Amino acid sequence: MTKWDILWNHREMILEGFKNTLILFIVSAVAAFLLSSLIVLTIRTGRGPFGRVIRIVVDGMRMLPFLIYAYILYYGLPSLGIRFDAWTAGFIALITYHAAYFAEILRGTWATLSTGQAEAARAHGFTTFKMYRRIILPQLVLRAAPVLGNQLIICLKDTAFLSIITVRELTAAASAVQSQYFIPFEAFIVAIGLYWVTSMSIEALVARVGFVAESKGLGYKRDTVRR
Amino acid sequence: MDQVAFYTLLHGAWTTAWISAVAIAGGVPLGLALALLREANIPIIGRIIVLYVSLGRATPLVTLVLFIFVGAPVLGIPLDRYTAAIITLLLNTAAFNAEVWRAAIRSFPHEQIEAARAAGMTRALIFRRIMLPQIWITSLPGLVNEMTFLIKASPAIAVIGIVDLTRVTNRISAVTYEPLPPILFAAALYMIVIGILVRLQRLLDARAQRLAM
Repeated sequence: MTKWDILWNHREMILEGFKNTLILFIVSAVAAFLLSSLIVLTIRTGRGPFGRVIRIVVDGMRMLPFLIYAYILYYGLPSLGIRFDAWTAGFIALITYHAAYFAEILRGTWATLSTGQAEAARAHGFTTFKMYRRIILPQLVLRAAPVLGNQLIICLKDTAFLSIITVRELTAAASAVQSQYFIPFEAFIVAIGLYWVTSMSIEALVARVGFVAESKGLGYKRDTVRR
Repeated sequence: MDQVAFYTLLHGAWTTAWISAVAIAGGVPLGLALALLREANIPIIGRIIVLYVSLGRATPLVTLVLFIFVGAPVLGIPLDRYTAAIITLLLNTAAFNAEVWRAAIRSFPHEQIEAARAAGMTRALIFRRIMLPQIWITSLPGLVNEMTFLIKASPAIAVIGIVDLTRVTNRISAVTYEPLPPILFAAALYMIVIGILVRLQRLLDARAQRLAM
């Protein structure tokens, strides 16, 4: 029996981990996006100190490594009496952390929109929220598609950190399989391959969004390469 | 947190700092080499580099560091954990740096190269005297940006047992039973370093804009 056969016989362990990684990634990405669109609206329209406070929190979050943030939630907060299981802590960490990044991307893109649109929408009787949802946000997403795509890939990769706080995702599964049957090379190659396929799918999706953006005449803004 | 805990934390910070510094020092020139090779239009090598960059972008550092640390001995290459950590960070950051360098090389005005050729300069001399000083200025903000990402991803090396600035907080709380203070302290240290790099990136960006005219 070759090592690949051993791996094939225990494929359900890897696949279970992969499924968990996909769940973590998809749920967090969607929730982070929704949260970030609210954050951006608050920053842009919020009066008084509220918008500024959110801005500071967002900026602070972007200077923090993801793992240390997950540590705060999982290891740190119990001493204040707030206790999460690993999955909940993982979800909260992924969602709030990436919401900060998405928010910064959307905020920066908003600055490139012309103000005439908002005035025209207002003249047609749109409320702020309706204008945001129907006019501003779709354009932000189309324009920022490549940068948002980069951030999605970072979000996918950050799920791997959760193996350190004992979430049984793909990297943890590969690690478990390799240590039980001692097939490190094969187990991790497959894990890396699965991450790669997932991120290629994300890129394909982003390219499609970018194509739509171009066909609608919205700029395809190439930013510097980000993780 | 007592004084011992404080020194332990600083020791963890030092581990993170020197490992990241070595990876950056190696990753920046390696990225340039990859970018030059890719732009040289050599048939198969170009493809391999594209694949390398694509894989580098997609692979989580936690997975990569485990793969290198546990996988290399199987192939008959024994690695200690520090070497494995440095190789991981270096390979990863080089992939991103290659893209930064490539963007600068591609936007380099061709007229300058033609003028230099007409003046009789060799290719190596043109690169060293004309191109490099200029693409260095345009790439630097992107490279510093990549450094912040490297530092933010560096806690991944904790997974192979290196006591870096993140993992050291576990060590301290195992003694004090108070995990929050060391984690917050470590978080503050990360934020200071990354905050400085972000500032630096803005300054370098402003300089690049000014010199580009």
